[in-house]
Amino acid sequence: MSDLIRKDASELAGLVSSGEVSAVEVAQAHLDRIAAVDGEVHAFLHVDTEGALVSAAAVDAKVKAGDKLSVLAGVPLGLKDILATNGLPTTCGSRILDGWIPPYDATVVTKLREAGVVILGKTNMDEFAMGSSTEHSAFGPTHNPWDLERIPGGSGGGSSACVSSFEAPLAIGTDTGGSIRQPAAVTGSVGVKPTYGGVSRYGIVALASSLDQAGPCARNVLDTALLHSVIAGHDPMDATSINAPVPDVVAAAKRADIKGMKVGIVKELGGEGYQAGVRSRFEESVALIESLGAEVVEVSCPSFPAALAAYYLILPSEASSNLAKFDGIRFGNRVGDDGSKSVEQVMSETRAAGFGSEVIRRIILGTYALSAGYYDAYYGQAQKVRTLIKQDFDAAFAKVDVLISPTAPTTAFKIGEKLDDPLAMYLNDVATIPVNMAGLPGMSLPIGLAPEDNLPVGLQIIAPAMADDRLYNVGAAIERELLAKWGGPILGMAPELAGA
Amino acid sequence: MVEATMNYDEAISKFDPVLGLEVHVELGTNTKMFCGCSTVFGAPPNTQVCPVCLGLPGALPALNKIGVESAIRIGLALNCEIAEWCRFARKNYFYPDMPKNFQTSQYDEPIAFEGYLDVEIDTDEGRKTFRVPIERAHMEEDTGKNSHVGGATGRIHGADYSLVDYNRAGIPLIEIVTKPITGTGKYAPEVAKAYVAALRDILRGLGVSDVKMEQGSLRCDVNLSLRETPESKLGTRSETKNVNSLRSVERAVRYEVSRHAARLAAGDTVVQETRHWHEDTGISTSGRAKSDAEDYRYFPEPDLLPIAPSREWVEELRAALPENPAVRRARLVADWGLSEIDMNTVVNSGALDLIVEAVDAGVDPAAARKWWTGELSRIANDRGIELEELPVTPAHLKRLEELISAGSLNDKLARQALEGVIVGEGDIDEIVKARGLAVVSDDGPLLAAIDEALAADPAVAETIKSGKLAAAGSVVGAVMKATRGQADAARVRELLFEKLGVSE
Ligand SMILES: [Zn+2]
Repeated sequence: MSDLIRKDASELAGLVSSGEVSAVEVAQAHLDRIAAVDGEVHAFLHVDTEGALVSAAAVDAKVKAGDKLSVLAGVPLGLKDILATNGLPTTCGSRILDGWIPPYDATVVTKLREAGVVILGKTNMDEFAMGSSTEHSAFGPTHNPWDLERIPGGSGGGSSACVSSFEAPLAIGTDTGGSIRQPAAVTGSVGVKPTYGGVSRYGIVALASSLDQAGPCARNVLDTALLHSVIAGHDPMDATSINAPVPDVVAAAKRADIKGMKVGIVKELGGEGYQAGVRSRFEESVALIESLGAEVVEVSCPSFPAALAAYYLILPSEASSNLAKFDGIRFGNRVGDDGSKSVEQVMSETRAAGFGSEVIRRIILGTYALSAGYYDAYYGQAQKVRTLIKQDFDAAFAKVDVLISPTAPTTAFKIGEKLDDPLAMYLNDVATIPVNMAGLPGMSLPIGLAPEDNLPVGLQIIAPAMADDRLYNVGAAIERELLAKWGGPILGMAPELAGA
Repeated sequence: MVEATMNYDEAISKFDPVLGLEVHVELGTNTKMFCGCSTVFGAPPNTQVCPVCLGLPGALPALNKIGVESAIRIGLALNCEIAEWCRFARKNYFYPDMPKNFQTSQYDEPIAFEGYLDVEIDTDEGRKTFRVPIERAHMEEDTGKNSHVGGATGRIHGADYSLVDYNRAGIPLIEIVTKPITGTGKYAPEVAKAYVAALRDILRGLGVSDVKMEQGSLRCDVNLSLRETPESKLGTRSETKNVNSLRSVERAVRYEVSRHAARLAAGDTVVQETRHWHEDTGISTSGRAKSDAEDYRYFPEPDLLPIAPSREWVEELRAALPENPAVRRARLVADWGLSEIDMNTVVNSGALDLIVEAVDAGVDPAAARKWWTGELSRIANDRGIELEELPVTPAHLKRLEELISAGSLNDKLARQALEGVIVGEGDIDEIVKARGLAVVSDDGPLLAAIDEALAADPAVAETIKSGKLAAAGSVVGAVMKATRGQADAARVRELLFEKLGVSE
C-alpha cells in the first residue's frame, strides 16, 4: 500500500503542486485503499473511480500549465451522501432515493470542484442524517476502523470512517445535532461544525433547516481548517447564509497560541453519565490547557439539561415538513403505482416502503408536535428553550473566549447495542446539541484513548458565532502538545485493517 | 346534482347575507418568488423550472425582493398597515401540484393587515359607497397545474392519469382576504363585483400584475353565509372557488344566497365546504367538505429570514403610489365635465390612460375622448389589437385638432390622416401633404357642385324652400361626394341656403 494514504492533506497538496507526485497517483492510491479495506469498513456508498481520476488529471494539467492552484488542489475527499452531486447518486442513506441522480451540485460541491479537490465518492450515513451510529443507513452500517464491531458515530459515520481508515485525508460531513463532531470523537479524527450560516446549505438535503450545517472532517486541525476555508462563504442561494468575511481559520490553526485566553468548562456537560475514561482524558486536557497559559474557569449553562428534549421536538417538526417532498411523484422511487390506486395511496405506499423506522418515528413525532392544539405545548415551548440556551451561551461568552466539554459521553459502542433503544441513542448527542440550537461553531479534537477500552475520546471546543477561528487556534495548540506526547498522530495507534 | 334555490328577492327578504372575498393575484415579476425561473405565461409544460421550484432535495428558496416590494405597495394601496417584522410560514399538505408538499406562505404574520377599500355601486337611492374591510394581504407561492386526463369530470377522481405542469409553481402570489362584509343587504352581489373590479383597477394602476382573470392571474373565491337578521350570529359559510370573471362574482353570490336560503328555509343546514363554480351553467357544485379544524401544521419557514421592511422604505413606497383609481376617476369626471355614463364608456373602452395622456399634452378632453373611444377603438377592434398598440401619440391628436379648428381639415379628412399614421406614412403634416388632404375653401367649385346636385334632384329645392331644412342633408352629401370629402360641410350648407334664399 502506497504511503501517500497516510500523508496529511496539506502535505499532499504540496506534493501535487510542486509536481513531485501527480494528483492521479494520489487519487489512485486512495482508490486502491478503498478497494482494499472498504469491504470491512463500508464507509462508501458509491465510489466514483472515473470521476475522481478525471478531476485529478485536470489538476495535473493545471500543474503542467503552471496555473495557480487552490490550497487543496489534487487532494482526495469523501462526500457525505446528503450533498447533491450532479451526475452522481445521492441517496441520503435511504431506499426512497436509491437510484436518484441529482441534476445539480450543492454549493459546497461546486466550491470543492472549483478548488480541484478530488471527490472519491459518497459516504455512508444514517438515513436522512437521523442517528448517531450510521446503523440507520438503508444500505448497511459503517464499521469503526478502531474496532470493526463498533459504530463509527453518526450520522456522518461514513465520513469519519473514511478519514480514520486512510481511505481519504478529507471528508465533508453535516451536523444537525452532532453528526460531524460525535463521529470525529469516536474515530479519533477532527471534525468541525461551522457557525450556522457560515457554509451554504444549498444542495444539502435538509434534515432540520434551522440546525443543519455542513463542515470539514480531517485527521488534523490544519487540514480541517484548509477544508473549512474552501467550503465556507456567503451564498445568495441560501437565504440563511451569512454575508460576512469568513474567519481566517487557517491562520488561526497555524497560530496555535492560547496564552492568556479564558476557557470555560460547561458544568452541565460532563460528570455523571459520562464514561470514566472520557472524564479522565477530559481532565487531562484541562490541565494541558492551563499549562499552555490559558485560564480555565467553570461556567454554568442552566438550560442545557432541557436541550435534548427541545431538540427532539424542533428537529422532528422541521424534518416532518422537509421530508414531505419524498412522495415518489417527481423523483426517487415510486411504489404501488399499478394504475389502480389514487395518488394519495401511491404517495403513502412509497413513503411507507421507502423510509426506515427511525425516519418514520421522527416524521410521526414532528407531525404530532406541529398539530393544531399541540403546537404551543411542543414546538412553541421548544423554541423558548432554544432562546434560553442562546442566552446561556451569551452569558458564558461574556466571561470566556471558548467553552469546552467532552464531545460524546462514551467511546464507540458496539453495533446493535443501542439500536432498539432510541433514547439511549439520542443521549450520545447530549453535549453537541446545544451548539446547534444556538447556531455556534464547534470542534471535536482527539485527546487520547479511554484507558478502559483503548478507544478514542474527543474534546469539544465551542466558540461564539463567526468566531470559528478560535476553535482552530485552541485545537491546534492542544494538538501540538498531544502529538509530541504521543510521538505521532493518534490514528497511528489504531489497529491495521486486514485488507492492508 | 342541481340543488334547490329560492328566488333571490325572496331569499333577501328572509335572510341577511354576509360576504367574504379571497383574491389571489399573480404578481407580474420577471422571476418567481424564490428562484430565478421566468414567469412568462404559456410556455411549454415544465420548461420554466429549476431545482428550487421543482422542490428537488437540497434546493433552498431565495427571496425575490420585487415580490416583497409589490406586496407592500398593494398593502399600502389597500390602506393596510405594513408589518414591521413578519415571516413566511410553511403550510403543510400533500398534493401533487405542490413540489415540496408544503406551500411557502404567510400565516399569523402577514406583511399587510387591517385595511379597507371603498367601492361605489348604484342603489335605489342613487350611488352609494360601501367600505369593504380588509383583514390581510400576504405573500405566498403559486402551485403547479394539474390536468387530469380521461374520466368524465376532468377532476382527479376517475381520471385515467394526471399530468402536472410546474411552470406556475413558485410564481409570486398575493392573497388579499376581506373581513366578513356585512350591511350590504340585497346589494351583496353588486358589492362583491364592485370590490373585485376596484381591486383589479388598483392592481393594474400599481403595475404589479396584469390582472387577467381569464388567464388566472387574478382569481377569486367567494365566501358566503346567511343569517336571519343582521343581529344574529354568523351562519355556516360556503367557499366557492375559482370564480374567474367579474360577472361570475356577481352571479356566484346571487346563486349562493339563493341556494343557502332554500336549504335554511327547508330546515336543512348549510354544509361548510368548498364548492366549484361553473361559468357555463351559472351554478356551483359541492367540492370537498372543509372544517375549521383542517390542520396545515403551519410553522415559521426556517429557510428564509424574517422580513423587516424599514419604515423609510415603506414611506418611500407610499409616497410613490399612483393615485387611487376611484379618486382619480372622480377627479376626471369633474375636470372633464362628464356624466358617470360617459366615464363608464371611457373606462370600459380601456382608453382612460390614453385620453389622460392626450389631455396632458394639450388636446381638448372632449376631442381626445371622441378619438379614442370612437374611431381609434373601431380601428383597434377591426385589427384585433389593444388600443395601446396603435402608433397614435398625443402629438398626433394635438396636430389633428389644430388643423380641424383652423378649418383646414374636417372630420372625414382627419380620419384619413389618422389612418395614414396607423399605416406608418409619417406625421400628420406629412400625411396631409402627401395625400393632398385639404378642405376646399374656394366657393366657386362648391357652388358648381351645388348646382349639379340640385339639377340631379329637381324636387329637393322646393322641399327645402317649403321649410323642410333636413332635406338639405342629401344635397350636402352629394357635394361632399363630388369633392371627395374635401369640402367644408358647414360652408356647403351655408351656400345652399343662401342660394335658395332660406334662413336657418
Ligand atoms: Zn425555478
